Amino acid sequence: MSKNGFLGIEGITVGYGRTPVLNALDLSIRQGEFVALLGSSGCGKTTLLRAIAGFVKPSAGSIRVDGRDVSRLPPDKRGMALVFQSYALWPHMTVAQNIGYGPRLRGMARADIVRRVDELQELLGLAGLGQRKPAALSGGQRQRVALGRALAVDPAILLLDEPLSNLDARIRLKVRHDISALQKRLGITAVHVTHDREEAMVMADRIVIMNAGGIAQQGAPEEVFNRPSSPFVAAFMGAENMLTLPGALRNARIVIEAGSTNARAVLPLDGRLLQDGPFEIRFRAEGAELLDGHLPPAETTDALELFGHVEAASYPGGTWRHAVRVGDDILLVDAALPFAPGQPVRIRIPARNLFLFHSQADVTRPHTGSLHDGRKADVLETSEA
Amino acid sequence: MSLAVHTAARPDFTVDLWWIPRAVILGLLAFAIFGPLMNLLLWTVAERWYFPHTLPLEYGFSYWARVFSPRGVAMESLANSIVVAGLTVIVAMALAVPAGYALARLKLPFRALILLAFLIPQAFPSLPVYVNIARLFYQIGLNGTVTGVVLVHVTHGLVYAVWIATAAFSAVDVELEEAARSMGAGAMRTFRDVTLPLAAPGLLASAIFVFLESLDEFTGSYFIGAPDVNTLPLLLYTASAGGNYQVASITALLLLIPSVAFMLIVERFLRSDVLSKVGH
Repeated sequence: MSKNGFLGIEGITVGYGRTPVLNALDLSIRQGEFVALLGSSGCGKTTLLRAIAGFVKPSAGSIRVDGRDVSRLPPDKRGMALVFQSYALWPHMTVAQNIGYGPRLRGMARADIVRRVDELQELLGLAGLGQRKPAALSGGQRQRVALGRALAVDPAILLLDEPLSNLDARIRLKVRHDISALQKRLGITAVHVTHDREEAMVMADRIVIMNAGGIAQQGAPEEVFNRPSSPFVAAFMGAENMLTLPGALRNARIVIEAGSTNARAVLPLDGRLLQDGPFEIRFRAEGAELLDGHLPPAETTDALELFGHVEAASYPGGTWRHAVRVGDDILLVDAALPFAPGQPVRIRIPARNLFLFHSQADVTRPHTGSLHDGRKADVLETSEA
Repeated sequence: MSLAVHTAARPDFTVDLWWIPRAVILGLLAFAIFGPLMNLLLWTVAERWYFPHTLPLEYGFSYWARVFSPRGVAMESLANSIVVAGLTVIVAMALAVPAGYALARLKLPFRALILLAFLIPQAFPSLPVYVNIARLFYQIGLNGTVTGVVLVHVTHGLVYAVWIATAAFSAVDVELEEAARSMGAGAMRTFRDVTLPLAAPGLLASAIFVFLESLDEFTGSYFIGAPDVNTLPLLLYTASAGGNYQVASITALLLLIPSVAFMLIVERFLRSDVLSKVGH
């Protein structure tokens, strides 16, 4: 897989001191692809970007561009351009000098540099600001100068280190679109580091979700959003509602028996890799429906129904968000109309919005035999009852 | 509330009372600073002035003419002082720029100790040190030469040069250098185009400090330079030791002017972000 990629990262390991920041990470990026490295702070995404750029020396592994190993090359010989989170504009140079620096280094004729700088200023909406110093620009303008400076060298690979995180929320929405449109138009391969899920979804062709120095999941935005492969990815992609219920597989269908807080549900397996045991169930607030709870519970075949009562309702805009107490858990569920606090309700989660995993307890404590067996026995009892 | 009414009724009285001790303290402070300076200025234009007269008996510029006459020693001393100070700045900065950059950027072991090592020339009493240096320089023929004096001044000024240069380079954001590397500039090119221009104000300040230190330096110049390399402080010493207060005062004024002028420049250039990193 990594052989046919334009930018190939193989077995990259980086450690500051004794703790590894990146752990034998593989990633392959096609030419012209826009890849977002998404993760919370400390997951190693910026380190990976800096390793690609050449500012961090990996202790193992290689980085290839178009089949050529660049792992040993200094940053200035890699044909990449990095846009910094702080923009890192040179305060002693004007906008035009900042943008024209790369072309000047490459020995471009003065007239050509002027034309190139004008072109980029025009493209980025910086026309007329060429003689200003960075200190005299707004945040959004600085961000565009930083982008222009990187684009001026016609980089084979554009590296973006959270370039939008210092912008106002309103400008950010516009710049997101601008950058990805520009990247498509120029056909540049781009790697974008961000901790903003929506930003990654909107901008990238492929999202690489990172966790603890490795890749948790990668794929197209709709793929990682709708088919998270682990509870971590599900939670990171917004499925924060979590509860644990016993379940079992019967004839390639998932059976969740009726319990104190849920009705019996028989759901299609739909390619999920599951086995009998407690399930960690995750869903998004907007992926569930809130229904009146006075009806008697009935078995469902295309959705999971939970019972609880409303604790609080708030209006974040668009829909009402309810905090619903289900057993010991508080779940957030959206509804078009508000339910009164204290009202009994049913939460109906359609099967396609339901993310099912082996319970974390099984995954994190695989060797505590007695507990493991005890839980299994519990599950069997309930499923036979 | 009542207090506000009270002060509003008699504002002048309270203000006046408070200004008396302040004015006295300020006046004493001003006298302590400017009194000796006034005395010095008076001596530069005094033709005749002796005890018990509080002011000169006769004013004139005849000593100025004598000091600045083509055959006068002052011009030679001034030229020597400026040549020595200039060379000291060049040598000290040639050492301080690479040393400061290394100390600011590289993860050197014992970094604090290295910085402290530059203080050693100041740490010991200078007289015994310079006596021994004089003996050593005499053996290798450096005594009484400009080179010898410059070397002594460099060891003395290096602590300012290196400390301030280190601070100036530390104040340059590493990401600005990385941005240049990312645009395709090599390490040297990055240093020339980004690091050096941004550190320049701090480096200029450190050069000025070295220049002023060299201009002012007496002990080393006396043991190594005299009588062949006569600098302004040496002239000042011989003039005042010989009771010629007019020549001594004019020389002192010559030393004072560049100090004050440069200090005003340094004050403008040494930004607080550089200053906060001195010695770190």
